[in-house]
Amino acid sequence: MPVKTMDIPKEELIMPGSAACPGCPATVALRMVLKALGKETIMVVPACCTAVIEALHPKTSFNVPLMNVAFETAAVSASGVEAGLRVQGKENINVLAWAGDGGTYDIGIQSLSGTFERRTNILYVCYNNEMYSNTGIQRSGATPKYAWTTTTWSGKGEQKKDLVEIIIAHDPAYLATASVGYPEDIYEKALKAKGIKGPKYMEILAPCPPGWKFPMNKTLELGRMAVETGLWPLFEYENGKHNFTGVSKQLLSGAREFKPIEDYLKIQGRFGQLFSPAPNAGALTEIAKNRDEYWRRMRARVKMEEELAKQ
Amino acid sequence: MEGLTGLSKVTKGAMGRTGNWRELKPVIDYEKCTKCLRCWVSCPEGCISRSDDNTVTIDYEYCKGCGVCENECRPKAIKMIKEW
Amino acid sequence: MAQNVQILEGNAAVSEAVRLCKPAVVAAYPITPQTTIVEKIAKGVDSGKIKTEFICVESEHSAMAACIAAQATGVRTYTATSSHGLLLMHEMLHWASLARLPVIMANVNRAIGPGWNIWCDYNDSMSQRDTGWIQMYASSCQEILDMHIQAFRLGEDPHVMLPVMVCFDGFIISHTSMPVDIPEQALVDKFIPPYKPLWKLDTANPITHGNIIPSKNYNLVRYSQQLGMNHVPKIMGDIAKEFSETFGRDHGGMIDKLNVEDADTILVSVGALGACVKDAVGHMRKSGRKVGAARIRVFRPFPVEELRRICKGKKVIVFDRAVSLGIGGIIYTEAKYAMPHEDIHGVIIGIGGQDVRAQEIVALTEKADKQRLDNYWVGVD
Repeated sequence: MPVKTMDIPKEELIMPGSAACPGCPATVALRMVLKALGKETIMVVPACCTAVIEALHPKTSFNVPLMNVAFETAAVSASGVEAGLRVQGKENINVLAWAGDGGTYDIGIQSLSGTFERRTNILYVCYNNEMYSNTGIQRSGATPKYAWTTTTWSGKGEQKKDLVEIIIAHDPAYLATASVGYPEDIYEKALKAKGIKGPKYMEILAPCPPGWKFPMNKTLELGRMAVETGLWPLFEYENGKHNFTGVSKQLLSGAREFKPIEDYLKIQGRFGQLFSPAPNAGALTEIAKNRDEYWRRMRARVKMEEELAKQ
Repeated sequence: MEGLTGLSKVTKGAMGRTGNWRELKPVIDYEKCTKCLRCWVSCPEGCISRSDDNTVTIDYEYCKGCGVCENECRPKAIKMIKEW
Repeated sequence: MAQNVQILEGNAAVSEAVRLCKPAVVAAYPITPQTTIVEKIAKGVDSGKIKTEFICVESEHSAMAACIAAQATGVRTYTATSSHGLLLMHEMLHWASLARLPVIMANVNRAIGPGWNIWCDYNDSMSQRDTGWIQMYASSCQEILDMHIQAFRLGEDPHVMLPVMVCFDGFIISHTSMPVDIPEQALVDKFIPPYKPLWKLDTANPITHGNIIPSKNYNLVRYSQQLGMNHVPKIMGDIAKEFSETFGRDHGGMIDKLNVEDADTILVSVGALGACVKDAVGHMRKSGRKVGAARIRVFRPFPVEELRRICKGKKVIVFDRAVSLGIGGIIYTEAKYAMPHEDIHGVIIGIGGQDVRAQEIVALTEKADKQRLDNYWVGVD
């Protein structure tokens, strides 16, 4: 049952007047996650935009206990908090690791893997803006092919890493992908995660206006377009099965057609080289083809998972 | 100065009056507003508050003028206007 | 008081200390020659003898990160490492101290590679002397256990609130069996009061730790660490005295002194090397030579005042097992800072695990009669 907007709690756990950029997707996402988890939550935040969004000592914008942690250590720090709370009998407190794609896909992947392999009872949320945003838009393992960044001036030459698949290989208690295009969906998935014990992972697509180079009022719109073009799938993964949600569910079944990828890519300055001085037909075809291939495999996979579940 | 470490207190407006950041200001036409709460849920600053009957109010002290609310508003009840 | 003497290896003494000092969370990663510490703690947890939450992390950097985060929720934590493991934690060592989280850790001293070298020298821990950790060096299995009890008490002291590393020689002590009198739990409980954190992550009082800090405020945080260090000499003196009264053993306070009062020459060192130096002093006293030994137990903060007192007007020979490349023996360099007007010689010995015998110390003391030993590096000519 999709959650109704008016049922989402009113209380803001992020104070207005933070250091976030106007139109920042991170705060859209975190507002929803914190509303779902509530005040009995302790956060660890590695180096990332959010660490800056908190604002400057001696003030903070976040109304939950929050420890900033070293860049590589989001997951293992959450693991430490979880152990410390558990030995004090405070298991009811939600432990949230909140990290960007840099701290998740790249420098933080080791401790993330270890934490999940140990079956640690935490919720790890990666808000993914597909680059190292905080340090000024450098490429990360999550940067899609052809995207401009300050370390890939002609566009990134490699496909991005499928970290969600890597986490699936760790057999998480719950995994979900989401997008700031659908804030209610973020809330709902975080609320569901709250009630599940074990290592839980959420990845939220976070289109970043200065990084992706689009007008700052279109943050949520881009979050929806990524999903509607099939370039960002929305699903949950539990007990060995994918459960596609929202628009992605319709795309999976074929009840809806993919929106043209150009519509999504054209708005973003970081893909400017694909359109100017002339459209790079080869690249655009490749992107669409990879998208099609992904969904082809997913359809087969979902079918196989259903078959296996029946046996 | 003994036992000092980087501890910070929860503060509204930790970066000051971030309303000073904006060039454009969102204005709500309450005649058109259907109280769908889309602006409230999508505001990156969390500076749109909602009352018990779902009336929304923008806090101009902190509104950075990003325009997401105007972009999300389906009945087009929000307009970004020049403040100066 | 009742005695419970067992023959234990140094690493086994550590696991007894962990049992007695009761850290709530231990996060550790194995590395030679610390490995048996991790194994014995794991075994103790498995059997119920040691009551702690043991996290088998996937690296030493993660071990320190997990301890720091757990400590931040308001509980006592502990870890152990060596050499490359300690170096891998380097970033997090700074973090623990700046966050004023008194994590306690054993470092089993081992030489740094490449080439791989599992034997003992002190470059691993001494190269971390700038991280804001209190550093203590033990010279026997008994002292390792006793030093842990002192370390928890010292680090958690409200005027100190700094992490502490208890260092001891890899293999020379870690894997050598010696008699260890294991104290009663009740006495240890009395000696180490429950941990009262300076701050903690608490949903009843949300705060943020570690967000961006303006330079002026950061300066005060740094200075505050120094103030914590400044309290150590006095507090360590008190702890050593109370330890002696409670447990009946006196290893010394900041410095373990042997025959220093009437000595004309003081031999300065740390750890098992320091014990060897004490041995050499014993030999030389028998032949009538007036030498004394100052075995530094607490190397950070550097025991400036006490060393000055001991060495005033005397000849000093520092035996270093660690070198700061580009300047020289580490204790030698710092001793020269502490005592600019004294006659100080420096010897670099035992690097990479080379064996050091008391006879060598005697020979070098005699050599210093005839020539200036200024970063005299043993084993290269």
